[in-house]
Amino acid sequence: MARIGVFICHCGENIGGTVDCNKVAKSAESFDGVVFSTDYKYMCSDPGQTLIKQAIAEHKLTGVVVGACSPRMHEPTFRKTCSEAGVNGYMCEMANLREHCSWVHEKGEATTNKATDLVRMLVGKVKNNKPLSPIKVPVSKTALVIGGGIAGIQTSLDIANAGHKVVLIEKQPSIGGHMSQLSETFPTLDCSQCILTPRMVEVAQHPNIELITYAELESLDGFIGNFKARIRKKAKSIDEKLCTGCGMCTTKCPTKKIPGEFNEKLGNRTAIYVPFPQAVPNKPVIDKNNCTYYQKGKCRICEKFCPTQAIRFDQPDEIVERSIGAVVVATGFEVKGTDFFPEYGYGKYADVITGLQFERLASASGPTLGEIRRPSDGKIPEKIVFLACAGSRDPAKGIKYCSKICCMYTAKHAMLYKHKVHHGDAYVFYMDIRAAGKMYDEFTRRAIEEDEVKYIRGRVSRIYEKNGKLIVKGADTLLGAMPVEVEADMVVLATASVAHNDAADLAQKLHVSYDENNFFVEAHPKLKPVETNTAGIFLAGACQSPRDIPETVAMASGAASKILGLFSQNELTREPVVAVVNRAAPPLFSTCAGCFMCQSVCPYQAIEKEEIKNRAGETIKTVAKVNPGLCQGCGTCVAFCRSKSIDIQGFSNEQMVEEVFALLNND
Amino acid sequence: MSKNMSVAVYPGCSLNGSSREYMESLRAVLNALEIPVNEVDDWNCCGASAAHNIDQDMAVALPSRILAQTAKDGYSNLLVPCAACYNRLKHVQQEIKTSPEIRQKASVLLNQEINTPDTIVNILEYLQSTVMPRLEGKTLKPVSKKVACYYGCLLVRPKGISDEKQIEDPQGMDQIMASLGAEPVSWAFKTECCGAGFSVSNTTTVARLSSEILIDAADRGAEAIIVACPMCHSNLDMRRREIEKYSGRKFDIPVLYITQAIGLALGIPAKKLGLQRHFVPVKI
Amino acid sequence: MENNIKVVAFVCNWCTYAGADLTGTSRIKYSSDVKIVRFPCTGRIDFMLLMKAFAEGADGIIVSGCHPNDCHYTSGNFHARRRWIVFKSVLETFGIDTRRIQFSWVSAAEGAKWAEIVNTTVERIKELGPYTEYRELAGVEAP
Repeated sequence: MARIGVFICHCGENIGGTVDCNKVAKSAESFDGVVFSTDYKYMCSDPGQTLIKQAIAEHKLTGVVVGACSPRMHEPTFRKTCSEAGVNGYMCEMANLREHCSWVHEKGEATTNKATDLVRMLVGKVKNNKPLSPIKVPVSKTALVIGGGIAGIQTSLDIANAGHKVVLIEKQPSIGGHMSQLSETFPTLDCSQCILTPRMVEVAQHPNIELITYAELESLDGFIGNFKARIRKKAKSIDEKLCTGCGMCTTKCPTKKIPGEFNEKLGNRTAIYVPFPQAVPNKPVIDKNNCTYYQKGKCRICEKFCPTQAIRFDQPDEIVERSIGAVVVATGFEVKGTDFFPEYGYGKYADVITGLQFERLASASGPTLGEIRRPSDGKIPEKIVFLACAGSRDPAKGIKYCSKICCMYTAKHAMLYKHKVHHGDAYVFYMDIRAAGKMYDEFTRRAIEEDEVKYIRGRVSRIYEKNGKLIVKGADTLLGAMPVEVEADMVVLATASVAHNDAADLAQKLHVSYDENNFFVEAHPKLKPVETNTAGIFLAGACQSPRDIPETVAMASGAASKILGLFSQNELTREPVVAVVNRAAPPLFSTCAGCFMCQSVCPYQAIEKEEIKNRAGETIKTVAKVNPGLCQGCGTCVAFCRSKSIDIQGFSNEQMVEEVFALLNND
Repeated sequence: MSKNMSVAVYPGCSLNGSSREYMESLRAVLNALEIPVNEVDDWNCCGASAAHNIDQDMAVALPSRILAQTAKDGYSNLLVPCAACYNRLKHVQQEIKTSPEIRQKASVLLNQEINTPDTIVNILEYLQSTVMPRLEGKTLKPVSKKVACYYGCLLVRPKGISDEKQIEDPQGMDQIMASLGAEPVSWAFKTECCGAGFSVSNTTTVARLSSEILIDAADRGAEAIIVACPMCHSNLDMRRREIEKYSGRKFDIPVLYITQAIGLALGIPAKKLGLQRHFVPVKI
Repeated sequence: MENNIKVVAFVCNWCTYAGADLTGTSRIKYSSDVKIVRFPCTGRIDFMLLMKAFAEGADGIIVSGCHPNDCHYTSGNFHARRRWIVFKSVLETFGIDTRRIQFSWVSAAEGAKWAEIVNTTVERIKELGPYTEYRELAGVEAP
């Protein structure tokens, strides 16, 4: 006979302010199977948990219902409490009286009645709960890191230095990401490549890191500790073992006028190319869409000149498979192009550029070797306008959020410009200056006060070209929205940082959530910032939301430490919420008829065939069997089973029916 | 041609008064191409530029009646050449389509059921879909001039109501003019406001805004400005003297309706296109 | 009481349950006539349970899970959707009022959408009134 204890939490005023908790507890006393019921201010607190433990001992409870917050919040807490008091943790259920009741309804009788209903519902369920024990599964101690920007580099090095294997995959021909494109970094103005390239080289040389560039994730199957990653290595059209990276092919390639991605299309590259001189690995790839041979069937000049015969035109894409224990997603972000802005000319003015393009102009390794020259005619701009918040914080453009890094890099750009063009005029149009961070506000003040950058608070309604000048029409809202017109030689738009356009596809491959802006969603906004809702998959950097380098690095190390924690064990314990096929006495053995409908719908290939044999070794019956290591507990098989022979622990047919019945029979 | 297939035209007050040459030239072009012109029966003022600033009910009721009149006669398409009327009618069409309350209110005010034609097209959409295809194969007298196509602020806005994709840099008029042999200049004031709303109350603002438009067109070598809005036309043409006084510059750039430009290309006599009515002479 | 109706929501743990949690954290108010039953996945929901719920006194039912392609278990929601399409036509054949069942997708980020779905469903069910017809047919006395 079940002996259930009911514990109603006030959560301070959060539940108690709306729900009459005492009344709920009193009503629960009369529920079938309930032998003890009480309410308390904070059930999750130490005294609250002690109260539960004492009640378990005193009233010999076999099951517990805690009416408190969402089980997604505190279910592990109370299950632990119960198991410490000698009741199996899976005999404890939570009624969600906060998120699903007190926070969404007004104070009153109806709300208290609903709370009572919810408690009765879970009492109904818990009466049918069975003690379960966690499942142990082995861990593959190799991490997969997706994305080779600073986030992926940092995570990979942290994990590899701790002695575990890392597979780092990068979509581009080289690692380095956006950070490798930057000229200087705020707030110190130290050279980005100088601090990044040694780390890139370290990645390439690390014995624990397998670096796969020009590659994308094809699929990820399995679960925490036991993922199978299939990786597509796009054909580079060279034999990497033979290639020495001498660069002969790139100098001889006749197709030289392809706008280069690394220089944000301000400079050109060849069809066989290394994206930038410090690239890692420093070996070329052939861009098939622009290569004359691939497009027209003739040329093969690179092949002729290659001293090691490393060119392979017929190289196919290759799929490789790796066993993975945990994944870090570090795919970063993109910036909107100037063509996103109708009012600034839909990208038709050559001298209206993005912040990332300005980085290339300011970079010593960029197309102008660090001189600020405008793209249209190569002249040094005498007057330059920077627009912060180009697209960001603009619901009309579909981007409601702040891109976070623009205030700082715009100040940096204006300073770099003033340091290089002493007599020039720099204007910044801004909404607010958001410079929260160590030495950040001091930095923007320096731009305004020492480098005399003219900051105008207001937005720009239009930019148009006239007589070789860009007319920037805006308003100065600190002067009563007075119209301002600047005749500029060049305009830099701090365009919004957005998620990659294939971010949603990747999220679906990984089964992680993504938000309305296609940024990946963390498991908890405050307490689990690097975890996702899918166990074993972690986030680092700007793929989660726009962030700067220090934050990205901190997050990357955070993700690495989570993985190291995971890899410190040889076995993982998993929730025993898995499906099971029933067993019966002979001659039936199981009600399973062996139709294997369950097998066809299982997304995890967790259903196996089991042959039941007699003593002579002859097969009497073939039935389904669930591999608890593979089963993730979705229960799709349960709903499909025609003979009700398969059930899921923790959400069994009995439990769910009783839960619904208890809920509805309140009269 | 059944009524459902054909288009009804709502001229509006301006096209019967200060900008009658717009309607004259539209008629002349459609006649030359043998396209029937069906005016909406017993139409009324749409209330543009005044009503929606003063009285929300009137702002909905006036256009609602026009839409109802059009639908009553079985037309599913309505052509509205005046940009201001187009803007109001398109607005109200959306309001009564999406809000049963507004539709009900208009119905009570007008004491009749409110229906609307399926589509409302502006002059550019109409010319591109119906008129331009009929010019193919015809011998045209090319308009070999540099022209500034001026859309104004009402024709292609606002986003969500207008069907225009490039609101800040529309191309429809430029394409039409290019196919007539003209050279559209790339300029910055295509969709800027001429100050029409202030044409009575604050003429200095009109002079300032309109002179900015004229200056940019002139500086970029335009020999004519092409418009599709009676307000734009009257500000740039009739108020030329104020503009010149304000800006201290002389301009002899004529302002033509797009329909007049097409009429000239078709060889229709200037008088039939109402060119003699302009303040700034059109020298052909 | 005419207004006292019972709507049961069968939701998946990963999207809609979390979405409803977000409704709570955002303090968006909705009708208290709805009670949420947590399932691991919409794919787990045996639709016979819906019929049992009607027989036991439910007047309306919401089934809600992850958006297509967002299922925590890859494909459970697709199975649920397919099952619903077939099941719906079976119910209609039997003369069961399918307006009493609301099928929807609510993600973990759509707290406001959840409140809206609850409110519109409750409104509709209130208009339809208690589902005494089915309870009588199912041989259970109407409360």
